[in-house]
Amino acid sequence: MKQFVKLAWRNLWRNRRRTLITLASVMMAVVLAIAIRSLQKGAYGNMISNAVRFSTGYIQVHQKGYWDDQSINNSFIYDSALDNVFKQEKNITLAVPRLESFALASSGPHTKGVGVMGIDAGKEDQMNGLAGKIVEGSFLQNNDQQGILIGDGLAKYLELHLGDTLVLLGQGYHGSTAAGQFQIQGIFHYPIGPINNSMVFMSLPDAQILFGAPGHITSISLMLEQPGKMASTQRWLENKLDSTYEVMEWPVMNKTLVQEIQGDNAGGIIMLGILYVVVAFGVLGTILMMTIERKKEFATMIAVGMRRFKLAIVVMLETLFISLIGILCGSLFILPVLLYFHRHPIELTGAAAEAYQQFGIEPLMPSSLDPSIFIFQGITVLGMAILAAVYPLWYINRFAVAETLKQ
Amino acid sequence: MSIIEVKALTKTYNETMVPVHALNGIDLAFQKGEFTAIVGPSGCGKTTLLNMIGGLDQPTSGKVMIDARDITVMPSGKLVDFRLHNIGFIFQSYNLIPVLTVKENVEFIMELQHTSRKDREERARYLLDEMGLRDKMNVRPKYLSGGQQQRVAVARALASKPIFVLADEPTANLDSKSADTLLEMMAELNRKEEMTFIFSTHDQRVMDKARRLVTLEDGKVISDQQTEKHYAQALH
Repeated sequence: MKQFVKLAWRNLWRNRRRTLITLASVMMAVVLAIAIRSLQKGAYGNMISNAVRFSTGYIQVHQKGYWDDQSINNSFIYDSALDNVFKQEKNITLAVPRLESFALASSGPHTKGVGVMGIDAGKEDQMNGLAGKIVEGSFLQNNDQQGILIGDGLAKYLELHLGDTLVLLGQGYHGSTAAGQFQIQGIFHYPIGPINNSMVFMSLPDAQILFGAPGHITSISLMLEQPGKMASTQRWLENKLDSTYEVMEWPVMNKTLVQEIQGDNAGGIIMLGILYVVVAFGVLGTILMMTIERKKEFATMIAVGMRRFKLAIVVMLETLFISLIGILCGSLFILPVLLYFHRHPIELTGAAAEAYQQFGIEPLMPSSLDPSIFIFQGITVLGMAILAAVYPLWYINRFAVAETLKQ
Repeated sequence: MSIIEVKALTKTYNETMVPVHALNGIDLAFQKGEFTAIVGPSGCGKTTLLNMIGGLDQPTSGKVMIDARDITVMPSGKLVDFRLHNIGFIFQSYNLIPVLTVKENVEFIMELQHTSRKDREERARYLLDEMGLRDKMNVRPKYLSGGQQQRVAVARALASKPIFVLADEPTANLDSKSADTLLEMMAELNRKEEMTFIFSTHDQRVMDKARRLVTLEDGKVISDQQTEKHYAQALH
């Protein structure tokens, strides 16, 4: 084997310029493939993270029927028994209760329909870091009364400032009237339009009083330590909780986002496919040239007693060397770039940003450093290169030795 | 006893189109220690005959027996192994492996034979010494003259300790001095080690050195004679 490795390695550098050009093409393909995939996966990760953190969590528990009819009348009593169930499953790291409904928000001559979310301030902050988005005033404390948080978009629309009063009017539990006035304790800025422009956060007890539903919540959002085990955790919860609850995973609750990701992903894969084909032909060209130009040498080797399969091993090793060096160089080249964009995500602007915001997603495109991207792209490019070596290998297995030696 | 026996050998190319009879019923036998030149005009079938004896091409009919084994019926894999252990080849244009050094080229066949490193190195040194290339061992072939390259090819052919060596026009690309030196070295090996050499050639110098001349024409043996030199040597 050592002999074959030596031959393959030296053969590679016989035509240094050609090998370097091929290496560069493999490297560029790896760079592009990893960059495209990393940014795509990073964007998907950001989308999912936003959807999960600000909307549903990985799993959400509701009163049965709530998801189809999202009314406060489908709320349920939140007690310690439920919390104890969540504590039994190690994968659940956080259970965040919410009471969500709608109301008209009014200040002076301005009125706007808003979402009202009663939250457990500490847990909510753990889930989505809302406290960090406060630009004026302070975040809620669990025992705060009559204090609310609004986005700076809503504050601007209603011409409200810190300490001003906002009147909320809506329908409460079982047809009661929900009405109250609240002082603006904090103003946050969030880059997602729907949250920034039309959401009011208040403490859970305040929301329960406002909507006349003491002790009630509409959902418990669950964060998981290992999102990959979401399905099994969901099944476990379904078995543990009685049939008055529904336990839903985020893809079921956010089908639009799932479809958006799937559609975009398919486009990305087609692009990568084209890239792979280009790489494969590049490697094929080089290996074929290296084979054809050495056919007399190969014929000599077979004549003096080298079996064809051993020759095929040498050519395969040459392909592997080119591919592996290209993959390694490409990965090392792109890694620092991806590290930078992982820490400093690309901020989208214009129409792209608006499209993201429509889905309730921060217009950011971080890169993903998921090792599987590097491994998968590496294996795919390697596979394509090996595939490109099939024809030269076939040629080695077939060519006529005597005829070649005569040439 | 003959080490090579060629029986009723024919080779026809383009059998489906216009058939060309490259070999037309050849019967020959070669003894150990022969120094034979196969001669004849271009296209008479010299190289084809050498290819058949070397197992590089399949005959249309007939047999090639080497050491009492019919190589024309051997499966291709076994035939490659047979060549590796029994036949040495020297080609007109040397055909050395350009990415290997002189020593590595000579060791190449021994590596395929799984000879130990120590034995490989020893034999390579010995053969390169014999060929007068001791100081060129670590040089790549492209830095050698044509004559030196062909001497490396001879060393490579002998490295596997073959039963015989087939040399296809070995002097065709060499100047007269290099050709003389090479031929003298091969003749010496033939005398000293009783190594059997079979040449195909147009070169008068090879014919002069040969002790047997087989003349082909249109794929047939038209003469097969021992030279005077042979008789003289036999008498001594």
